Amino acid sequence: MNQMASHSPLRFKNRLYYALLAAGGLIVLLGLYAAHMMETHGHIITGMNNQIVWGAPHVFAIFLIISASGVLNVSSIGSVFNKPAYKARAPLAGLLSIAMLAGGLTVLMLDLGRPERIIVAATHYNITSVFAWNILLYSGMFAAVVVYLWTMMEQRMKAWSKPAGFLVLVWRFILTTGTGVIFSFLVARQAFGTAILPPMFIVISFAWGMAVFHIVQSSIYAWNAKSLDEYVQKRMRNLMGLFVIAALYFVATYHLTNLYFAKQTEFERFILIGGGVYPLLFWAGYILVGNILPLLLIYHPSFGKTGSVIVASILIIFGGFSLLYVLIIGGQAFPLSIFPGFEASSSFGDGAIGLYQPSIPEIMLGVGGVGISFLITAIGIRVLDFVPREIPKSP
Amino acid sequence: MSDINVQRRQFLKTSVGAAAVAIAPGMLLFDMAHGKTEAVTGKVRWGMLIDTANCADGCNECVTACNKENGLSGGLSPTDSQWIRKVDLRDKRSGREFSLPMMCQHCENPPCVDVCPTGSSFKRADGIVLVDKHLCIGCRYCMMACPYKARSFVHEPLHDQKPDVPRGKGTVESCTMCVHRVDKGQQPACAEACPNKSILFGNLNDPESDISKKIRSVASIQIRADLGLNTGLRYQGL
Repeated sequence: MNQMASHSPLRFKNRLYYALLAAGGLIVLLGLYAAHMMETHGHIITGMNNQIVWGAPHVFAIFLIISASGVLNVSSIGSVFNKPAYKARAPLAGLLSIAMLAGGLTVLMLDLGRPERIIVAATHYNITSVFAWNILLYSGMFAAVVVYLWTMMEQRMKAWSKPAGFLVLVWRFILTTGTGVIFSFLVARQAFGTAILPPMFIVISFAWGMAVFHIVQSSIYAWNAKSLDEYVQKRMRNLMGLFVIAALYFVATYHLTNLYFAKQTEFERFILIGGGVYPLLFWAGYILVGNILPLLLIYHPSFGKTGSVIVASILIIFGGFSLLYVLIIGGQAFPLSIFPGFEASSSFGDGAIGLYQPSIPEIMLGVGGVGISFLITAIGIRVLDFVPREIPKSP
Repeated sequence: MSDINVQRRQFLKTSVGAAAVAIAPGMLLFDMAHGKTEAVTGKVRWGMLIDTANCADGCNECVTACNKENGLSGGLSPTDSQWIRKVDLRDKRSGREFSLPMMCQHCENPPCVDVCPTGSSFKRADGIVLVDKHLCIGCRYCMMACPYKARSFVHEPLHDQKPDVPRGKGTVESCTMCVHRVDKGQQPACAEACPNKSILFGNLNDPESDISKKIRSVASIQIRADLGLNTGLRYQGL
């Protein structure tokens, strides 16, 4: 009787684990099916068009890639800056980084008009293209993180984990700069073409990466019926709050400088006031849900416990998606200023706000990317030693 | 002995003859397919001067000619390809209204070429900016980078294409300045079709060409000249 009582929760958890894996696999399959449909029918089945050329898949992909870089903050603080509480979590952060990078890149790749030609990106390389640089940066990132994980998990390689951690730190700064520069180099788009985007992306990555880490860490602890050391929890929670504030500062600076330029005010009016779904997502999605509420949950004395931190993390991620939607899709919806000083109209959308409605297949593709990240994480934790082992009384 | 020699000679003769017959049509076809054998050079820079004062409101002849020449459907939905379009403009201060044809501006420093990861967007030595449809992976970064909204993405499978104008689902395309016609010494379809002769096509590098002479004598501008892209298209009366 006793034996049964102690075994059945374990068996239940085992089954639950496989059920979760199956659910994740199903989501990935749906994503792949969506990609197959997009390849057969063409992008006509997405909401994207000749004005909004990058849509929901790009929002998902860029969120995953930015977070993949940011989550490694946890490892950097541990390995490079020698904080033991973070060191214990560095392998998990490495795994999450690989998982999200894989998810994000798969989405980007499958959204291509000709995904079967991806090998061309390796055989024909245009040295002036930041996309081409990113191919090297992303694959290098995988390699760097794998080496870093190896140095942490293999006793004989332990001595190398600091230099490897340092390499990863430098690499992810360049990588996120590369992601920001994709937009910075767009000289004629009013939403982009500014040098603030790469540093903004870097700071934003800290906040989003931390939020993802909090959720995964809390889930692992809850799963294993462990509780997080209060000191560690407090430090990580406050750090996340700080990153959220820093990211908000960059976003505010971006919009405030734009507001100062007469040529940009019309664009800002569109994004912040008149543009329908975009101002709504910016103010309600990013500012309120993505900043004010999580900051309250983090810093207000009556909150700040594990539950609040998880909710805050989920809200930060929601805010992140909102911000990217406004930036990427709102930035394209506002018409190019081809004839300054003139009102323009044509059959090709000159002078008109671009219309975009994400379709089911492209959302399925994006969610499929999240599914890939989930599967890699869930399997990784099961087969290798990624669960943070507490070092009590961290200094 | 001599019998064998005769047979050997006969065999060699037949073999050479057969080889010639086998290769000749191939050589002929190869020649036909390649047309002019000399490569394009930087001595030529193709360009256009568009006279907006002459461009009639409501006239769409250039667009129709382009669609016909290049096998475009002519559809106007946001997912249909439009290589050339008529843009109606109204000066916000004076209220002056006019229209002009808008297409790839064939920049000397094209942003689309800079950002293309595979080098499928490229500029020929004679200044014509093209997309190699075999290398394009359909990432649409060039469409993000183009300041003129000149490019279209093929959103659906295509049928009945023109042999001279390769296109493909999932790749990006834009005005080719009718490169297949220009290489045969002809004018681009839009320039030929314009009833008011508002589109003057020619070699910008030749000081004696009609286009160079006219650019010297009338005021014309490049669109978004502030970007420093040195476009191959110039507009008069804008």
